[in-house]
Amino acid sequence: MDNVIGLAPWLVGFPLLGAAILLLGGKAADRWGHWLGVAASAASGVVGFILLAAMLGLPDDGRVLDHHLWTWLSAGGLDVDLGIRLDPLSVTFVMLVTFVGTLIHVYSVAYMAHDPHRRRFFAYLNLFVAAMLTLVLANSYLLLFVGWEGVGLASYLLIGFWDHERTNAVAAKKAFVMNRVGDMGLIAAMALMFATVGSVSFADVLPAAAGEAGPAGRLEPSTGTWTAIALLLLLAACGKSAQFPLQAWLGDAMAGPTPVSALIHAATMVTAGVYLMVRSATILEAAPTAQLVVVLVGGITLLFGAIVGCAKDDIKKALAASTMSQIGYMMLAAGLGPVGYAFAIFHLLTHGFFKAGLFLGAGSVMHGMDDNVDMRGYGGLSRFLPVTAVTMGLGWLAILGVPPFSGFWSKDRIIEAAFVGEGWQPWVFGTVTLVGAGITAFYMSRLFFMTFAGTRRWDDDHHPHESPFLMTAPMIVLAVGSVALGGLLAIGGTFTTWLEPVTGHVEHHEPVLPVWVITTLTLVLVLGGAALAFLQYAARRVPARAPHGSALTRAARRDLYQDPANEALVMLPGQVLTRTAVYADKAVVDGGWLGLAGSVTRAGDQIRKAQNGYARSYAAMTLAGVLVIAGVAGIAAAVTQ
Amino acid sequence: MEVTNYAVLASVLFAIGATTVLLRRNAIVVFMGVELMLNATNLAFVTFARLHGDLTGQVLAFFVMVVAAAEVVVGLAIIVTIFRTRRSASVDDVNLLKG
Amino acid sequence: MFPWLTALIAWPLVAAAAVAASGRSRSGIPGPRATALTGALVEVALLVGAFAQFETGAAAEHQLAETYSWIPQIGASYAVGVDGVGLLLVALSVVLVPLVIAAAWREQGGDMTRLRRYLVLVLILEAFMVAVFSARDVFLFYVLFEAMLIPAYFMIGAFGHGPQRRYAAVKFLIFSLAGGLIMLAAVLALYFQAPADPTTGLRAGDAFLTDNLTGLAIDPVTERLIFCGFFLAFAIKAPLFPVHTWLPDVAENAPVGTSTLLICVLDKVGTFGMLTLCLPLFPEASRWAAPVIVALAVVSVLYGAIMAIGQDDLLRLIGYTSVSHFGFIILGIFTFSPLGTAGSSFMMLNHGLATGALFLVAGFLIARHPARSQLISEYSGLRTVTPVLAGMFLVAGLATLSLPGLATFASEIMVLVGSFEGSPAAALVAILGVVLAAVYVLLTYQRIFTGKPAEGLGALPDVGGRERAVAGVLVAALLVLGLVPQLALTYVDSPADRTVAAVEGSNQ
Repeated sequence: MDNVIGLAPWLVGFPLLGAAILLLGGKAADRWGHWLGVAASAASGVVGFILLAAMLGLPDDGRVLDHHLWTWLSAGGLDVDLGIRLDPLSVTFVMLVTFVGTLIHVYSVAYMAHDPHRRRFFAYLNLFVAAMLTLVLANSYLLLFVGWEGVGLASYLLIGFWDHERTNAVAAKKAFVMNRVGDMGLIAAMALMFATVGSVSFADVLPAAAGEAGPAGRLEPSTGTWTAIALLLLLAACGKSAQFPLQAWLGDAMAGPTPVSALIHAATMVTAGVYLMVRSATILEAAPTAQLVVVLVGGITLLFGAIVGCAKDDIKKALAASTMSQIGYMMLAAGLGPVGYAFAIFHLLTHGFFKAGLFLGAGSVMHGMDDNVDMRGYGGLSRFLPVTAVTMGLGWLAILGVPPFSGFWSKDRIIEAAFVGEGWQPWVFGTVTLVGAGITAFYMSRLFFMTFAGTRRWDDDHHPHESPFLMTAPMIVLAVGSVALGGLLAIGGTFTTWLEPVTGHVEHHEPVLPVWVITTLTLVLVLGGAALAFLQYAARRVPARAPHGSALTRAARRDLYQDPANEALVMLPGQVLTRTAVYADKAVVDGGWLGLAGSVTRAGDQIRKAQNGYARSYAAMTLAGVLVIAGVAGIAAAVTQ
Repeated sequence: MEVTNYAVLASVLFAIGATTVLLRRNAIVVFMGVELMLNATNLAFVTFARLHGDLTGQVLAFFVMVVAAAEVVVGLAIIVTIFRTRRSASVDDVNLLKG
Repeated sequence: MFPWLTALIAWPLVAAAAVAASGRSRSGIPGPRATALTGALVEVALLVGAFAQFETGAAAEHQLAETYSWIPQIGASYAVGVDGVGLLLVALSVVLVPLVIAAAWREQGGDMTRLRRYLVLVLILEAFMVAVFSARDVFLFYVLFEAMLIPAYFMIGAFGHGPQRRYAAVKFLIFSLAGGLIMLAAVLALYFQAPADPTTGLRAGDAFLTDNLTGLAIDPVTERLIFCGFFLAFAIKAPLFPVHTWLPDVAENAPVGTSTLLICVLDKVGTFGMLTLCLPLFPEASRWAAPVIVALAVVSVLYGAIMAIGQDDLLRLIGYTSVSHFGFIILGIFTFSPLGTAGSSFMMLNHGLATGALFLVAGFLIARHPARSQLISEYSGLRTVTPVLAGMFLVAGLATLSLPGLATFASEIMVLVGSFEGSPAAALVAILGVVLAAVYVLLTYQRIFTGKPAEGLGALPDVGGRERAVAGVLVAALLVLGLVPQLALTYVDSPADRTVAAVEGSNQ
């Protein structure tokens, strides 16, 4: 390990260098720029693989490594090293990001082939990879925050990649600003950590939360402090992972090119919130109330996304809702405590594969359908896009949780974990996850059937065709992952053992229901959901225009009124406040000073009037002055006597 | 010798002079008011000089007379010049002091 | 030893004289622009020399010090010297001036006579700025504080583009003078607090040296009054809500080069004065006034940001963002934590670089508009027309919103985390400014650069090499200081500790 750990900075270095060359290279780089982007990402993946291999050669308890690079910030009692933390958790993410990332780079070479700004696109993709790797490799919350906002920036640039359409630019801004709302939480959490522990590095904060002594700060760490820190971190996670109540940006983020949606808004960046929660496990454990809130947020988002997903006709927005819902599962698992961490990350990993595959499939469908995204205009496409249909089909089965596909191994374990506990909680959380699984099956089947099954609903202007090899190849690889990855890593508990150095060893907990009952229930619900979707969208004809629908459908179509709610609660008061402030600044603040200046001028005018030039009035004033002085002197004399 | 009588007389003369200066428009009359005030002061000087048995007050009275004479000379010359140019000896017509 | 600081102060004046005499005829003599740029670059070389002489180990001490008796009858000396903070601000002035000169290459519509006068004023202002950051004598500081107004006044009123430039110049002058005169009273009052010879009643010939005025036993009420006199002048300069109203008018009407020097450097005299005069000289009064000042600082942070969101004039908008940033700086100074103070000192430098970049790039943008419009609503869709300019603007904007990885982030997080220790409530409210910053930067970018190009703007030329170089220098500085903030922090860390110790020490 010692001989390869020096490579770790290159994980970030390669894509960062790639981005810099592509951005500064100018038109000269247009011809080969995209391949440079692919190479940078792939090089990072190779380094990641070397590190993974090296880490597998280490004993279990030696797998948490901090690699110091340079002193980053050292002033006023705050010492932050710029360093890399390598442990099973970060290496898992490195593998996910670089592997899926490289596949999507390859896919983009073909997908963006006709875009005049393809070089810029690859620069941003590389920038994203670099930022995401910074996020997961950071050894302190401060450095994590650099990556955290870095991915936010990359996301902003990529959502708004086609910003000659104003709506895309607005969507990009919305994503960044809502993320910033979450980021406030991370900043405040760091402030609280510094005040409590006197440090923001993982090596100091996390043990301190576990009750081990660290450098002393000013506040006495208490459960209340840790709860506050945990909730602030949750706020950040909600922003980044589109969890309730900061979920509204994700649907709009689909304005970006589809590879972006696959990489950033499905497989990697949006799961950073889950990473943050699992990384901060000891803090969560020191704050049981916060854990409960995490579970609640996860549960609400899970259902929210699932319901919205049922009503969307835009294929990308349906997938976005699904992403939100699946991250809800992960978040819920992360809030369950040690029983859930490993499954949260495991689901994150399998989800990264099958959801990226589904998005790339959606991109392939759009590619064949002249960028039409309305599923009501699809139908019967499996004949024209066989490879896409098969790969998406495998992804579909994986997300449904059909054994033995990947999703089964990860999602089923989360549902099981949700049933662990005492009191009302396992029943409520377990039911939520079960119901969620059923709805997931419905809307994902709906998506699949509306696209590939049934009769054609497109007119003759469209000529659906299969995508080129550069696009299908990554889809095939991801489909293989969707099929096999879960089983490979789950059987024998390989993955949970691998994560133990980070999440700790967990004794087996018995759920409140027997495991076979839970599994059966899940499968029944999943099959039920899928069957319902089959009856409605494959067996029957799908109307080309959306029917009016029930109140719930209409609400779900409008994302359960998230945008009107945000507008009424935040934007409108904000606009009123801004207008009032602009008016008040001119009228009151500046007006006050100008008024003061004006009154000085007016006072001068008044006093000037006394200077009328008449000798007699001057004489009168002189006399009056003398009299006043004499009077004062007389009174003073009288008083002193 | 009752000093109060002299003091009151001086005050009355001064008040009459001051009132004349403030109320009359004709520059000549205003001058007469100024003269009256100066002489009221002279009276006070002389009175208190006598009271204290000190000649300083009387000397000062002489100074005042000299200054008053000089003032009349200059002042009358100005008034005559103004009268020549503006056909009026009213002080209110002359507000050139105004900046 | 070579008098580095005096050289740094005197050289721009020499250069100004050279510019005034340069290339009047077509006789092959270098023109005013080349002369001014050369002069400013030589000044940068002098700065490098000064840095080489400065020992970071003793950054809390005044170094490169020179002291000469000036007017001993009233205790005034010509005393210069810099600690780490002062040196960084001197560096900021010296680095920004050549960039401003390069950016002003085509300023004043090609009228070389006017441009010559402008450049002369820029160099004179540079001399004053360097001097004021290195003054170690309160009287000298005061004189320079007021003297700076003269070139600044003309740089706004005589060379601005806005229709109300004279109004703005007079407003700036009156606000600054009002503060300055109150400060004069405080300076005199402070002088009379200096120990006097018991027999003659005279004070020492160097009574005005800051070192001699530190740690005086002043009656608390008097101390507070004197503190208020100084603070008010600095608050107007900084500017702090509610005495900020001159700033947006100046930003709107002055040429961008003036705004850059004025807001990015000259205004730092306010926060610099708070840090190096108010706190060490009046520790007790500083603690007494801190709650009110912190509250005003937080209001400034949010108020400036909200006002920026509501502006349509691009330069006015940038002016208001500075009100927000100065709020952060003052918050860090008056919460008395070593981290926050160090962060504020660092932020003074970074704000200069980031806002300077934003002003200059905005200047490039406005110069391209056929009608020189400053109104954001007159622009649209320029990313497709001038992609490099859009990129520059975005990077400068991201620096303004403190994107991690850029220097501004390091300082902002230090201020927030540090001030949280001193005043958690204030810090938490100020964090809202982070979101508002994202709104005002990205909203502006969205309005100017995205969508379809506005009519008449479809064929604007993109930025040229000179403009790229100007923005490139600033962006590079922001990136380097973002990745290795320690480069600057070694200069501000120990002064921050010393300042906080001075304030806390008086608490015993």
